[in-house]
Amino acid sequence: MHRFQLSQQMIVSVIFVLLFAGLSLLLPGFANTENLLTLLQNVAILGILGLGMAVIVIGRGVDLSMIASLAIPVALTLQLADAGHSTALAIIAGLALSALFGAANGWLIAYAEVPPLFVTLASGLFLAGLGQAFLFSTEAVVWPEPLQFLSAIGRGRLAGIPNSIWIFALVAVAVHAFLSRLTAGVFTYSMGDNPMAARLAGIPVRIMVIVQYVSSALIATLAGFVMAASVGSMSTRIYNSTWIYDVILVVVLGGIGLSGGRGSVTNVLIGTLLIGTLLNGLTILDVSFPVQNLIKGFVLLAAIMADTVLNPRNEETAQQGDI
Amino acid sequence: MAHLNETLTRIRYRIWPDHVVGEILSKPWMETAIPVLVLVATFAILSWLVPGFFTFAQLSIIAREGGELGFIVLGLSIVIMAGGVDLSVGSIFAVTNFIVLLLMHEYEWSAAPAVAVTILAGMALGAVNGILIGYLRLRAFLTTLITLIIFRAVYEIWTADHATAIAMSLPDSATWDFLGIGLIRGIPVNVWLFAAVALACHVLLTRLRPGWHLMAIGGSRRAAYNAGIAVRRTIALTYVASGGLTAIAAIFFGARLASVGGNIGVGMEVTALTAAVLGGITLGGGRGSVTKAIVGLAIVLIITNGMTAYSASGGAIRMTLAAILVAAAVIDIRWIKNRHRIISSVYVSPDYLYLPPPPSCEAKPGNAWAVNDTLRGVDVIGLGEVEGPEDVILDRNDNLYSGSRHGDIVRFLAPDYKRMEIFAHIGGQPLGLAFDREDNLNVCVGGMGLYQVSPAGEVRKLTDETNRSWTSVNDDSRLRLADDLDIADDGRIFFSEATRRYEMSEYAVDALESRPAGRIICHDPRTGSTRTVIDRLRFPNGISMCDDGQSFLFAQTSAASVSRYWFDGPKKGRIEVLIDNLPGYPDNINKASDGNYWVALVGMRGPALDLAMRMPGFRKRMTQRLPFDEWMFPNINNGCVFKINLEGKVLYSLWDPQGINHPMITSMREHKGWLYLGGLSNNRIGRYKLPESEADPAYVQYARRWGLPT
Repeated sequence: MHRFQLSQQMIVSVIFVLLFAGLSLLLPGFANTENLLTLLQNVAILGILGLGMAVIVIGRGVDLSMIASLAIPVALTLQLADAGHSTALAIIAGLALSALFGAANGWLIAYAEVPPLFVTLASGLFLAGLGQAFLFSTEAVVWPEPLQFLSAIGRGRLAGIPNSIWIFALVAVAVHAFLSRLTAGVFTYSMGDNPMAARLAGIPVRIMVIVQYVSSALIATLAGFVMAASVGSMSTRIYNSTWIYDVILVVVLGGIGLSGGRGSVTNVLIGTLLIGTLLNGLTILDVSFPVQNLIKGFVLLAAIMADTVLNPRNEETAQQGDI
Repeated sequence: MAHLNETLTRIRYRIWPDHVVGEILSKPWMETAIPVLVLVATFAILSWLVPGFFTFAQLSIIAREGGELGFIVLGLSIVIMAGGVDLSVGSIFAVTNFIVLLLMHEYEWSAAPAVAVTILAGMALGAVNGILIGYLRLRAFLTTLITLIIFRAVYEIWTADHATAIAMSLPDSATWDFLGIGLIRGIPVNVWLFAAVALACHVLLTRLRPGWHLMAIGGSRRAAYNAGIAVRRTIALTYVASGGLTAIAAIFFGARLASVGGNIGVGMEVTALTAAVLGGITLGGGRGSVTKAIVGLAIVLIITNGMTAYSASGGAIRMTLAAILVAAAVIDIRWIKNRHRIISSVYVSPDYLYLPPPPSCEAKPGNAWAVNDTLRGVDVIGLGEVEGPEDVILDRNDNLYSGSRHGDIVRFLAPDYKRMEIFAHIGGQPLGLAFDREDNLNVCVGGMGLYQVSPAGEVRKLTDETNRSWTSVNDDSRLRLADDLDIADDGRIFFSEATRRYEMSEYAVDALESRPAGRIICHDPRTGSTRTVIDRLRFPNGISMCDDGQSFLFAQTSAASVSRYWFDGPKKGRIEVLIDNLPGYPDNINKASDGNYWVALVGMRGPALDLAMRMPGFRKRMTQRLPFDEWMFPNINNGCVFKINLEGKVLYSLWDPQGINHPMITSMREHKGWLYLGGLSNNRIGRYKLPESEADPAYVQYARRWGLPT
């Protein structure tokens, strides 16, 4: 199985190289530095989200609410700072909302035992609805003056490389350390492999689920800060986009099986590069948004079909109602 | 004061039917009752908050909307019941809405073919999901999320080209207008169609084979596969049905609004999912009904319309729906997981029972209850071979029969009873045994009913049901614990059912309740009819005919008494207590050779247990707070058989005081000077040589009964 995984990674890497080479040759505007930096910039946020999702998926879950935790806590921070509250309070409030949201997700999944897909679909809607109905009156919250000192996370460069890429690299190293160096990381793999066995072995499975969803919410919020800093504002309607499917695409295409227990940060990096290149190429080709969605849909479908074949569900440990 | 308290307790337990609560809770329709209560509550709250909201005109608008959303909820419910989920319904709705408008407005088809093609298109879109999920076995949730994006993209691409053309033209079709705004008897036409389709779905799911297959797959996919059900095809078809039903909704929507706006169908899957889950259709499949779907639909419609009337924003409505969705899912999942625990904690409902202090069993001269150790050293038959011989009986050739825990009737062959063979296999545990005039062995089988075994060993069911009693909440027509029987001269079989509230394995719980939940039933083989003759008995057990041919004796174990009932003759219908306040709990009764009756005591009473019987609340707390093993129980480490005459006088008793050889004797049978002993949890049958003075050495019980030669 391990050899097979490696080969899937290889295939995706080869596809990426071919795609990149093809686009460089055929598209006039693709290979210039400006475009490649934009590509990397966009990819960085998607990649950060993918890293958060990877932790969840390896633990046999899925988090569809990541876009909500990307948008709403950040918008809350921006609005509070804009309204004259202290920046520390604004940031803490945003992070607290995010952590609380992740903990609520985790609690519903671990203790109330509602399937994760279902919980995160509804909770994402809830948080986005909360933001639209009660917190924000505008479509977008601008990056306010008091927070200028933080805007470096999304703008500017260090050693010629955009800062957002550095942040992506930092998160990648952190997630890698978590997964491969910490006991909690090992626990995450064993939970994904066989939750019942993990529980019988004495792993605090329920606590671990909450830890995972809190971490994915916080990672998404970090991605949100990077995005808001680079764009200069945070859209409160971003939840209505199909962005979350790009995140799933990154994870699944990279080779992290949805049945859990397999994959690593490397998979996310490869998936991110492939999707980033694909989307960037489509944008340059001036493909309309619905057609882009159509193409993404078919790629995702193919990826999930491949995932079903390569990582078949374990009938012994799959639960009834594991939809 | 204490006396007054006890009187109040007695009256309270006589008047208030505690057991009804648990029985109502365990009814299947209870699960629908909860969402119905929620519906009533929402309705009440909203009509209070929004005055004049629920007028007929407003309700008619809600109904028309419900007649559209309802089809989608129905389709989604079918998918969920088979263990899947369909999130693409909103996009299928948008695409089919576009198709029907394209055909009607731009291509100017007539209504009938346009409707037919649209429904087929919806089914085709559903078939895409069905093939991916049913045949390729992809995950339903993610797959339909992806097809949601794909179908939505298709819709956006198409509408970009045709929106203007659709908006510019108007179809000239009366049928089409009727679909959109038509009323039949003041009710929107789509509501009528929805009612018809819902009824058809209900019949399909509850009465027809495909519906049963569908529920079986939802209940356990693997078990359904092993049972030979075409799992993949059935699952694929549920998505086709969902697509087709969604298309019907889109047709009515299109006829009403003729719009191809960007927002059509967005978020509809969440609304439909909320309705289904709120109604009590369990995610993961196997549970649900059309009624539940409709109740959930009504709640969601009332909430969304109420909030709109209260001028809440779209975000607030979505937020509310999401919160309700998660709350309903949590409640449903927790309920299913803990349902049996809740029910079992309410179901057990002990009754008040007063027994006076029992007679002394002290070994004094002249005391018929004097404890001795007569039964300690008796012969043992089939040690370790037989398990659970509740009753024992001998035929005219002296062969010995008994039931066993494995569902067999075993036979020990005369004369030495060393060889055991399986005489017949029934399946449930045989309890009381009686031979009839034709040498057939009639058997009460726990959990199954009344059976008959021919001399050749062929098993035949006599009855497994009686008339339902109208005051009972549970359907008590099926026999749960047929216990002992005897046969009248005309062939009528009278048998006892110890309790209608518990299975055989739970008899101890019924004993703790000591509730009059048992009955004596008469089966008449001449007409095949079965009727309850005495109801509300406390664990009726042994039955033995009297010589007058008009009455029989029966024991009530929990009441520690033996009574006589006349089923014929001048005293017909009367019950007289022969003896009560026994020192233990009586079990089977059988005829002795001298015309008196043998009675077995299955367990002994004790002062603590007697006191507990007068304190139902105490016993209730005991069942809730202690594990079953720690409950109070009669002393069954004791064996006792006594002889009684028809005046109710105890003649003498035979004991095995510590139950060394024969604890918990449930039956005894006198045969040719020997007394054979059976016990429900014993691994042996006992044989005691009766003194010559007290036993007829030629006595064969049923041969004398029926006048047969031995």
